[in-house]
Order: sequence, then structure tokens, then C-alpha cells
Amino acid sequence: MIKDRTAIVGIGQTTFGKGIEDSELSLACQAISAALDDAGIAPSEVDGLCMFAMEDGREVQVARNVGCGDVTFFSEIGYGGGAGCGVVGQAAMAVATGQCRVAVAWRARKRASKTSRPWAQTKPVLGGDQQWSRAFGLLRPVDEVALLARRYMHEYGATRDHLANVALAFRKHANRNPNAVMYEKPLTREQYMSARWISEPLCLFDNCLETDGALAIVVVSAERARDLRRKPVYVHSFGQGLPPQHTVMTNYYCDDPLRGPSWACAQRLWANSDFRPADVSCAQIYDAFSPLVPLSLEGYGFCGRGEGGAFTDGGALEWPDGRLPTNTSGGGMSEAYVHGFNLVLEGVRQMRGDSTAQVANATTCLVTSGEGVPTSALLLRN
Amino acid sequence: MLIPDIEDEDSAPFWEATARGELRVQACGGCGRMRHPPRPMCPHCRSLATEWRRLSGRATVWSFVVVHPPVLPDFAELAPYPVIVAALEEDAELRMVGNVVSAEGAPINSVDPATLAIGQPLRVAFAEVEGVHMPRWVRD
Ligand SMILES: [Zn+2]
Repeated sequence: MIKDRTAIVGIGQTTFGKGIEDSELSLACQAISAALDDAGIAPSEVDGLCMFAMEDGREVQVARNVGCGDVTFFSEIGYGGGAGCGVVGQAAMAVATGQCRVAVAWRARKRASKTSRPWAQTKPVLGGDQQWSRAFGLLRPVDEVALLARRYMHEYGATRDHLANVALAFRKHANRNPNAVMYEKPLTREQYMSARWISEPLCLFDNCLETDGALAIVVVSAERARDLRRKPVYVHSFGQGLPPQHTVMTNYYCDDPLRGPSWACAQRLWANSDFRPADVSCAQIYDAFSPLVPLSLEGYGFCGRGEGGAFTDGGALEWPDGRLPTNTSGGGMSEAYVHGFNLVLEGVRQMRGDSTAQVANATTCLVTSGEGVPTSALLLRN
Repeated sequence: MLIPDIEDEDSAPFWEATARGELRVQACGGCGRMRHPPRPMCPHCRSLATEWRRLSGRATVWSFVVVHPPVLPDFAELAPYPVIVAALEEDAELRMVGNVVSAEGAPINSVDPATLAIGQPLRVAFAEVEGVHMPRWVRD
């Protein structure tokens, strides 16, 4: 097991916004460079690279720009928003098993880039799984998730008020975070309820932002971490998940479509952990769309099947008094949507003690990647 | 319009059937279980043998959405329009994405989405789109 054998010792990010001129490669290199400076580690020491398969800039380009030494481990993970915790976890595995000593993982994304919004480049003749959905007008990720959301609400009695609980909690957290795109934009329940539809039953505020930006982290061994300048944030547990008979985003064809990849991922995450869901101080849950949050709460065992909607009642997700302060920097819906990699960095900040919505005495943070696609999760501790 | 690749090696027989006005799905030549979308190997018995079994064309609404703009140009003039998942009567795991229409040949925005509900009974119909015979659903 890799339990506590590695730590995240550096984080870096660019500003978030729309229409940033720098290329995705440039943004990636800026974030990695900042993360190395944060860690106090020279680029020539970097010998492990872990990235999203959807990255525009490739490993060789990153290595040439940042000035890496001999790189002895590199890996890529597919499935978009499912990969965020995966690249960090594989970096930790590579360091823990001696395949490299200093690994970096990152995500750089621009809204207007070819690789950012695959649905907008749908080809006129459809192959693969898309031929069974897009030809019928099920075009965008939000449409694909909305179909599951409607069924979820029907089966379990979840409501738009529950989804609003999610959107409003994350917005409140973003309103405390000067780096968040929605820092100065409060959101009310009335605004949520009167917002335009995107794909009924989901409205505008059930959707994440579209953001340009990049973030990166640095992983080293626990021994090395203790000699560095930053408080080590240990990778306590890591999991990936791909459940039986899964179809990416359009998971309608199996016996239990509402039991998604989070359930598979949670098995390994908790089996390799000393902690249980009740021990978790705060969570960063992948939120490309609001319904993914109640589904993930169920999948990772914070409540039972069908109870994810009701779990959000009473301010449960809100800092400082909720029972599980979630997406404390604003998440994908209100801080920035960089395929969930900002959730990893917020998890690190919570464990360091310097979040803008810092949970008092936080000792563990769950970070998850996309529900609805082959996914991954991390349990961080300090 | 966006159309499926009717020469796709796994799914071509599905589209050959719809062109004849038949709804067929892949069934395992070994254990007989039906599956959709089609693929080479049966996950239950690993048989590569397949047959294409004709279905009754009866289903119910398993879920639905109403798609609002912005959407791709091909669908922009039709929005808002509903899209459903139909649960086929032959097997609880057999579902298909599709469109409810008011009558055979009617456009995908021809029903009032406010009248749709999960569980409504459906019957298959077909509509030709650029040479592809798309399954559609009318309420039974
Ligand atoms: Zn079989």
C-alpha cells in the first residue's frame, strides 16, 4: 500500500479567467513552475510526469520548457474530469514504488481550445457510444447528466431545492475566495429558481463554469517531505473506479445506472484507508453538474442510496458549520472549472490550514474526480 | 444532421433492421442474453456468436430531458425538444436513447414536453434522416 508514503509538497496555479492569451502548454508550465517554487525543488530534479490524456501540451514539451532532468516515469489518464485525482494518485504510486523521486501532476485547460470541449466538435457521422445518443439530440454533457438526474429525482424524491443547496453552498465559499471567478457574485435561491433552463431538469446554475487556467502539484516521498519548507500533505489513500457495464457519460444501459464509478472507486479508497467517511473533515467533490454531488456523497459512503439529496439540507455542505463543508474554494461551479484539478489544490490548502474557508482543526480531506466517467479519488491527511 | 455510422462493424445490423421497419437488438448466440449497445463479446458468457432479435417495439419512458439552447447548429432550430431513454419491455436492462414524437414522421419537437412523464407506454416508429432510419417513439 502507498498509505502515507508520499506527500504533496508544492502547489501552483495560474489566474483563472476567460480568454487568457497564453497557450495551454504555457499555462501548464507556469503552474508547474509555481508548484516547484512553492516546494523549493529545482526543475532538474523532476523525474516523474503525470497528466490528463486530454492535455494539449505533451510530456516532452513540458520537460523541455520547465527544464526537467532524466524523466523515468510518465503516465496519462483518460476520461476528462475523471482523471484529476488519478494523475496525483499515480504520481504518488510512482514515487512510493521508486520509479521516480519528484513527480508533478497538472491540468491546463482553455475553453476555446480544440481539446477542451469535445462535444462542440462532434463529427457529422457518429461512431462508438455517441451514435446511440448524439444522433437523437442528446448533445452535451449536461444533457447526458440531466437524463440521470431526472431518473434520480424520480426514484428517490430529490428536488431542485437539493440541487440549489449544492450551487448555493459552493457560491458562498467562492465569495470568500479572491481567486474564484465568482468571488464578487453572490447567488440567491430566487436567482437559482428563476434561471434559464439548459437541459431540464437542470438550469444554468446546475452547470460548472467555463474557465481558462492551469494548476499543478508536486509529490515526493514522506521522508523527503519532512525536510521541505511546506507542511507535508500526505496521500493517505487513492482509488480509481470503473464499474461493471459502464458507459462513459451515457450510463443508461446497465442494471443500476445510478450506481456510478464513485461506488467502485470508494471500495479501494476506504479499504486502503485508516479512516471512514465519518472521520473526514471536509470534502472537495467533482461538480461539473450539481447532481454529481449527491450521487458522489452516496458513492463515497456519506449517506445511503437515494439519501444524497436530503444530505444537502440544513447547510450540510456549507462552511463553517455544516457537517461536511464541501468545495470550500467554490469548486467547479463557482471557483473555476479546470477539470476538477482545483479541487486537489483546495484539499491541499485545507490540510495546510490556509483555505479561505478553513475548516477548524481539519485533519483529513476527501477529493473526488468526475462521477459519470471512469473516475478517481484521494484521501489527504496532514 | 448528425447521423450514426450505419456501416459501423458492430451496429450495422441494427440500421439494416430499422431500414426494414424492424427494431432489433443484438442477442448472444451462446446464452441468449440481449445487449445494447452492440459489441463483439457477450459479458455473461464471452461468446462471440451473435444474432439480431426482433423486439415488440413496446417500451416505457425511463427518463427524459428537455434540451434548451445553446446546442449544435443541426439541432438549434428544433430546440427546445425532449430526449428520452426508453426502457424496452423485453429486458429491464435494455434501454435506448430516443425521441418521442406526436406521430410517425413528426419532428422531435412535436410533443409538448409538459405532457411527458416517466413510465408512459411507448411504441416504436421510424423516421428517415438523410438515409438513416432512426427509431422514434410515439405514446401508446
Ligand atoms: Zn452470452
